[in-house]
Amino acid sequence: MATQTPVTAILDKTPASPPRRLLFQVLHDWLTTLDHKKIGLMYIVYALIFLVIGGLEAVLMRIQLAIPNNHFVSPETFNRLFTMHGTTMVFFVGMPILFGFGNYLIPLMIGARDMAFPRLNAFSFWISAFGGTLLYFSYVGGSGLYGAGSAPDVGWFAYAPLTAHVFSPGHSTDYWTLAVLLSGVGTVGTAVNIVATTLCMRCPGMKLSRMPLLVWLYLITSFMVFVTISPLTAAQIMLMLDRYVGSHFFDTQAGGSAVLWMHFFWIFGHPEVYILVLPAFAFANEIIPVFSRKAIFGYPAMAAASVCIGFISLSVWAHHMFTVGMGPGANTFFTLSTMIISVPTGIKIFNWLATLWGGKIQFTTAMLFAIGFLFQFLIAGLTGIMLSVSPFNWQLSASYFVIAHFHYVLVGAILFMIFSAFYYWYPKITGRMLNERLGKWHFWLFLIGFHLTFDFMHIPGLLGMPRRVYTYEADRGWMMWNMIVSSGAIVQTAGTLLFVFNMVRSYFKGAIAGADPWDAWTLEWSTTSPPPEYNFAVTPSVASRRPLWDLKHPEDPDGNYE
Amino acid sequence: MSETAVIPHSPTEVWKLPSRGIVAMACLILAESAIFIIFVVAYVFYIGKSVSGPTPREVLELPIFSSICLLSSSLTVHFAVSALHDSKRGMCSLWLGLTVLLGGIFLAATAREWYQLIYHDGLTIKTNLFGTTYYSLVGLHATHVVVGLFMLSLALLFSLRGGLTSNHTERLEVLSLYWHFVDAVWIVVFLVVYVLGR
Amino acid sequence: MSTHRIGSCLAASIPFDSAHGSTSVFSPAATPAHAIYSLSMLVLSITAAIFLVVAGLLVYVLIRYRSRASDTEEPTQIYGSNQIELSWTVIPILIVVMLFLATARVIFATESAPKPVSAMDVTVIGHQFWWEYRYPGFGVVTANELHIPVSDPQHPTPTYLTMSSADTDHSFWIPRLAGKMDLIPNKINTMWIDPPATGLYLGQCAQYCGTQHAKMLLRVYADSPTDFAAWIKHQQQPAEENAAVAEGRTVFQHNACISCHSVAGTVATGRFGPDLTHVASRDTIASGAIVNTPANVRDFVSDPSHLKPGALMPPMHLNDHDLDAVTAYLMTLK
Repeated sequence: MATQTPVTAILDKTPASPPRRLLFQVLHDWLTTLDHKKIGLMYIVYALIFLVIGGLEAVLMRIQLAIPNNHFVSPETFNRLFTMHGTTMVFFVGMPILFGFGNYLIPLMIGARDMAFPRLNAFSFWISAFGGTLLYFSYVGGSGLYGAGSAPDVGWFAYAPLTAHVFSPGHSTDYWTLAVLLSGVGTVGTAVNIVATTLCMRCPGMKLSRMPLLVWLYLITSFMVFVTISPLTAAQIMLMLDRYVGSHFFDTQAGGSAVLWMHFFWIFGHPEVYILVLPAFAFANEIIPVFSRKAIFGYPAMAAASVCIGFISLSVWAHHMFTVGMGPGANTFFTLSTMIISVPTGIKIFNWLATLWGGKIQFTTAMLFAIGFLFQFLIAGLTGIMLSVSPFNWQLSASYFVIAHFHYVLVGAILFMIFSAFYYWYPKITGRMLNERLGKWHFWLFLIGFHLTFDFMHIPGLLGMPRRVYTYEADRGWMMWNMIVSSGAIVQTAGTLLFVFNMVRSYFKGAIAGADPWDAWTLEWSTTSPPPEYNFAVTPSVASRRPLWDLKHPEDPDGNYE
Repeated sequence: MSETAVIPHSPTEVWKLPSRGIVAMACLILAESAIFIIFVVAYVFYIGKSVSGPTPREVLELPIFSSICLLSSSLTVHFAVSALHDSKRGMCSLWLGLTVLLGGIFLAATAREWYQLIYHDGLTIKTNLFGTTYYSLVGLHATHVVVGLFMLSLALLFSLRGGLTSNHTERLEVLSLYWHFVDAVWIVVFLVVYVLGR
Repeated sequence: MSTHRIGSCLAASIPFDSAHGSTSVFSPAATPAHAIYSLSMLVLSITAAIFLVVAGLLVYVLIRYRSRASDTEEPTQIYGSNQIELSWTVIPILIVVMLFLATARVIFATESAPKPVSAMDVTVIGHQFWWEYRYPGFGVVTANELHIPVSDPQHPTPTYLTMSSADTDHSFWIPRLAGKMDLIPNKINTMWIDPPATGLYLGQCAQYCGTQHAKMLLRVYADSPTDFAAWIKHQQQPAEENAAVAEGRTVFQHNACISCHSVAGTVATGRFGPDLTHVASRDTIASGAIVNTPANVRDFVSDPSHLKPGALMPPMHLNDHDLDAVTAYLMTLK
């Protein structure tokens, strides 16, 4: 019996639900993808896996340090733990997660269909991923054929001459240097891609002065990558030459200099902090205005301050070296340059405050994390000023005060902002909302755990406890503080597990998000959630910094005020 | 498909963006410069700090001829790009061939110098700080020359087979930018190693 | 100064007092540590004031401008203001300049202080994982326990430390006396300390230097001038000869001990490990990690890495009899 087929069914070539594909096909699809969104997601997932590993290492260390003269792990194991924790968190969590978000968001925000060089993009991801794998392979292959192997134990900044063959026999340090080198190659590749994308792929009307601040900050970050990751790459090449072919760059027996390595490392190492924190600022620049329902205050000042931070950050590296005996002249110079960088940083904080001022603040989970970021970044900046005062630094450097300070930046500011970004963009990425109730639990648990750990961690530093000790003397009065710090780590772990649970649960059961759940203003919210492979069916064109505001308020478009 | 942010604006406005190839090469050059700066700093820092010989003054000779060859290859690659731009494909092949030849001469001269240093003067990367910094800095530059020569040879091959047209001018230009950079680095290396360091 | 008072209150809110074993940076006991302490109080006060203002503003804004459920209108859009931007650029710059000048003064006062002729020189050499102290003016070499004379503020006799390292980087940090200074191979650093009061000042290595970084402890004994003179005089003597422990001495001298350790006046002239000429006169062994008792010494000699994992001294594989003999010998080296 012949039935009439409706015309629309014939025209619509896309089946309502695509046929289930084999696991192998899905896998093949992801492994060979050139789509910036998929590569961005792979970056993020890969970073989250390493975040869990690095976090676990931190928890093990905190158990060991909870009481003095503990025998939970051996000294060797402890030294490997802090080396792997630092290296993992900086190179295989911080960088990939931030580049993951950048990869995902930048083309969407500037109205492009992909990054400028999709193949380079895939290459960069896979080479970085290979680096991370290589680092952990050292647990198996670190001793070569001779034994079970071991991870590197030279500390994440691997001061010479501890990295020389005499002091670090075996291959674990080789794995470390190779892993860091490869991650650097991948990072430079992605940075090239981001610069080329932002400069050459913007949609019509998207002048530089109209780019979302997030894109601006990624642009600056990428430029910093060129001038700071490269010195690290150069230093790693030298270290490899020393270890493989017997050159003498950092061989103090042959006249080589240990201090030279410090300079090379920190020329990378300090701007690296800004490379990590600028993307966090970038998220804040998008999220705070949306949930204050106001345009960002002082857009040009924000962009200019970021450029300033980028430049000044290149001149502050030796504040990590106030105790190596550089002499009063150099100490004075680096004190000044370090203090000056607090000025543009302060400008950013004040601009965020001014953005909140007069707004109608909505306390979504994303906004809560962003407010946590503001508060903690303020404190981190102030302890940073304390550390820039070089005489005070002679006391505090390499103590737990410094550990507390930079974890305030890396966790209190950057990780909080990353969580905020997850709550904000998860709906765009998956098409479903993260559960707000669980999110608020996550926020409060993590906030309490964070402050328990890192507020109290300042104190043993002031009481003379150096970093990187696997245990400590019982009579120094450090135990109570370490106990509190360690208990905070457990609370943070609980919060993080809740977050992971929320992510998984919401992927299947979350409320459908729609294209623009936050009533936001930038281009990524103009396409569907999740966006189609081509991002935009029609290339958009814009006339202001907030194209969706213009669309929603045609009577009062932004362009009139720029 | 949801709404798309199409804000009407005057269609006469020309929307022109820079070439991504050239932008990317500029970025790469920036990153590479930073690497070279670190190696140069290490070289300068260790001048005169070797605890044993041989010293640069004893063993190094000014590579004048090979430097002239390398620097003039910057000109020839520029002419190659111009020729391609004007669709003179024969001339393009000629200039490319000359560039590869000049670069090859430079590389051969470096190889000869190293042979001399290793087998006659007994200077290896292990000998002293001078050896360490000399071989790594000059070697890093030579590596870049090798990469550049490989790419130029490929371009020459395509050109000889007739695959290179004026549509590819921009790509050849990107490659020539890299080659100019390699030449510029040589000026710095030459000044540091053969003038300042001696 | 009232700002100082705020800082002191902050510092006082946590027990930073100088109880036994204190290594608090807030209980200074020598000029460099005092200078840092005063500066740190100024810095703490300024940063506390900034914190109160900015965090106060943040809290105010969050409460005042929270969105109400009934309100669906968008707020007035404000895009910026150059005057305001300028004000929060200039004020921080002024604070920075002020703070910088105060800091520069302390940097030069500490690092460029003229060295008085009455100063005593000590050479400090960092080793994995112990400290070597040499008194070039007195011909004394010792390890792990640094003795210095107290310095009367009226007639200062500061101790100048000339520091380097035999292997990896280390850092000398006695929080109550001064800020830390790194010991770096191939590089000579200096610092000075001048505690006016006698006593024991503790600290530890502050630069990760290898497996046993944690137990590379520092002990500085500030002695009265007479005590110090007596100590130096004693240290200048060669090792005590005691016939009762001749067997132990033989074991010591016929094993690998002498290739790393020195005992002045005997064949033992090794330089790789601590000088043992007067080891029994020290309160601790293993760089401050263990109390110096016969039982502990015996334990340590039999297997150092049991008490101090990563220590470079290998287990000596002595039988019980030899162990007892060597221990008895070492305990006579007063």
